[in-house]
Amino acid sequence: MPKKRKKDLESSKGASQTTRRDVLKMGVVAGAATVLTSRKSLRSVYAQSVPPEPTVCDATKFHNSPRTTPFMRQLPIPPQLQQTTLSPAPTQQANIAGGEAPRAAHQRWNEFLPVKQYALHAAPALWQFHPELPPSYVWAFNGVFPGPTLINNYGQPVVVRFYNDLPTVHTLGFAIPEITIHLHNGHTASESDGFAGDFFGTGLFKDNHYANIYAGFDAFGGLGDFREAQFSYWYHDHRAMFTAANTYLGLVGMYWLFDNRDSGNENSMNPNALRLPSGYGVHDIPLIFADKTFCSDGTQLALSTGIVPEGDKWTVNGAIQPFMRVNRRKYRFRLLNTGPQRTWFHQLTNGFNFKVIATDGNLLEHPITVNQITHSVAERYDVIIDFSTANIGDFIYLLNTDNEGIPQYVGRQSPSPLPQGVKIQDVVMRFDVVGNETDNSQVPATLTQYPNINVPIAATKTWEFTRDTSLPLASQFQVNGLTFDANRSDHQAVKGTAEIWTLRNLVPASDWTHPVHIHFEEFRVLSRNGGPPPPLETGRKDVIRLPPGNEIVLFMQFRDFVGKYLIHCHNMNHEDNFMMVRWDIVDSLAKKETFRKEVVG
Amino acid sequence: MRRREFFADLASNLSRPSASKGPGFYTNAVLRTHDDKPIRFYDDLIKGKHAVINFMYANCESACPAITANLLKVQKALNGRVGRDIFFYSITLKPEEDTPKALKEYAEMHGVKSGWTFLTGDPHDLTTIRFKLTSMDHPAFDLDVAQHTTTIRVINDSINRWTGCSAQASVGTIKQVILWADPPKPLEERIRENKKIQARIDKIEVLPTWLGSLADD
Repeated sequence: MPKKRKKDLESSKGASQTTRRDVLKMGVVAGAATVLTSRKSLRSVYAQSVPPEPTVCDATKFHNSPRTTPFMRQLPIPPQLQQTTLSPAPTQQANIAGGEAPRAAHQRWNEFLPVKQYALHAAPALWQFHPELPPSYVWAFNGVFPGPTLINNYGQPVVVRFYNDLPTVHTLGFAIPEITIHLHNGHTASESDGFAGDFFGTGLFKDNHYANIYAGFDAFGGLGDFREAQFSYWYHDHRAMFTAANTYLGLVGMYWLFDNRDSGNENSMNPNALRLPSGYGVHDIPLIFADKTFCSDGTQLALSTGIVPEGDKWTVNGAIQPFMRVNRRKYRFRLLNTGPQRTWFHQLTNGFNFKVIATDGNLLEHPITVNQITHSVAERYDVIIDFSTANIGDFIYLLNTDNEGIPQYVGRQSPSPLPQGVKIQDVVMRFDVVGNETDNSQVPATLTQYPNINVPIAATKTWEFTRDTSLPLASQFQVNGLTFDANRSDHQAVKGTAEIWTLRNLVPASDWTHPVHIHFEEFRVLSRNGGPPPPLETGRKDVIRLPPGNEIVLFMQFRDFVGKYLIHCHNMNHEDNFMMVRWDIVDSLAKKETFRKEVVG
Repeated sequence: MRRREFFADLASNLSRPSASKGPGFYTNAVLRTHDDKPIRFYDDLIKGKHAVINFMYANCESACPAITANLLKVQKALNGRVGRDIFFYSITLKPEEDTPKALKEYAEMHGVKSGWTFLTGDPHDLTTIRFKLTSMDHPAFDLDVAQHTTTIRVINDSINRWTGCSAQASVGTIKQVILWADPPKPLEERIRENKKIQARIDKIEVLPTWLGSLADD
């Protein structure tokens, strides 16, 4: 071998070794591409590491996922996404020739010119969910599952370029290499909202423009009404009919915002700052739940029919039954259920409980302490756990006390003693209390005030969610008797107005709880079944559990942007059976009439 | 399994598209068409093809006629592709009643054109096929024949892509769902189409929709 060539090889080998070592430290098999900035270098990284598509095992002969020993891996923390400089530069009009997907021009682009640019590449990768499992084929953002976390402040508009680097020839038998990314639940203009019909294929990209303003910008000036702040968001694929499979394969991640009150600094000198436990991955921790089913070779199992059954392996931040070392102090955990279907019932052992400070990313007026959280798909709960009363050496377990869903299969004993009555298959993760640490954080008794909702009501609307088992399955999952059609708009709200929406799951033979999600603005629950909402529904939310026989009345507002939006069941298997409806925000009452004539018909 | 079938399946497995689930999954059961011809399910109907499958029976008076009429409109909306590179199959849910002759009468009554085959056969074979194509991991659904009359299953075996929806959805939606099983076009061609789509988006005030549907004209 000529000397020069050998040297080149060695240097490239050295570089890849460094990468690999860093990567392994994070518990990642392939990836760590977030540190790279240019599209070209990303392409070359992926060109070397694109794993071949596996063959999914036969679901009809499947019994359970492989055995795994609990608490072998430390809780991974998704890397924080660093800003980049996009090339070609983002533009208000879609850059079709440059490879951008078609879309309407960004609304209010010049008003909210992006101050930061980010790149997220949806691409195949290998991810090891457990040291005893072979690496699994995933579709991940920038090679990591869950995807990198974006962290910004209110008042910093950003543009995120979502590249579709998924395989052109896709033969896995479920999922589809087409994406449309929704930021749940951003106050986002329609063209950047990840509408289910606006998906784009391999080789293209799309710029989503996130203004990062408070809802009510037009009425309040400044950055909008600070009481409308929402802090914990997540992004995920929303491709019509394939949301369950595409997100199950890995197309999810978190997106956090801070402001000068929830400032992400427990040592802040600002008198307005809440000083909640802070430091990404240090005392402010994402806990991203996903249940999975693995073939013996590590391949994630789903059905060709597109259904993703509840999984028998429970993962947090991409690790099966991880452990996390904590000190005797307060931590903020941001709980996210990425679905596709399972509802989690969180509980802690050793008498510990959750102090809930935010529901769906919105601060509660006052923290609410509970010993159990019912956590539907897509909901977020920000909780404080105070380990200061624990002893060094204690193990505290996070449980999922679900009696109805498919149970977890562990197949091995717990390496650490479990409290009496606790079964290892109910354990989601373990907190190991290892030391003492200064704690300057606080959890104020009053966290925020709720925005005024005593405003004129322009209209009312009722949405009936039904799973009528007397109908054939393909027609069972309906909203107001209809299934999703991207070309049909079932409701139009006028920009700047408020409405009362009623959600019902009453007729005629419904037997399923639907976690209903409404895009664009947070709602307030005015009543549940004629009475006041339960404590954890008294704040602002964007997902609400709608069990059979329930009627929920919501206060809704539609401010600052126009366009098409969605209301849907966030059980993704239902959503993919088109339990989803398009509604629109229009400029004015006059436009509403035109819209009705031209589109609704 | 008879020895001859075993070798036929083996041969079929060897020649199928590499991504396909193959005859081991779909079965290679011999069905009969409404023209009373024997036909193998995987080899003749699925292998390498883009197929649109629904379930019906000739005496179904509730949902089936409206669905057949709806699918005729879908067939028209597919601009001559049906029979060329997309194939419609209607599989009877009541093979005991639906002879090839009964299915032929049904097809003629509804004015069904080429590219659409009605199928009957051994009840056990048809139940197996129905399970394979529609299993929702839900016994109450999977075992109930009446649950299937409005299910459309779209399969493109060449890329192992499945889609599907309610046969009662709009013609536009069903058409989209069928096209979602098309193999991806080359990037350059999609960018050319996107220019057309963008031009239409720029012209209309009300925001669309299935973006794919805007490239048509």
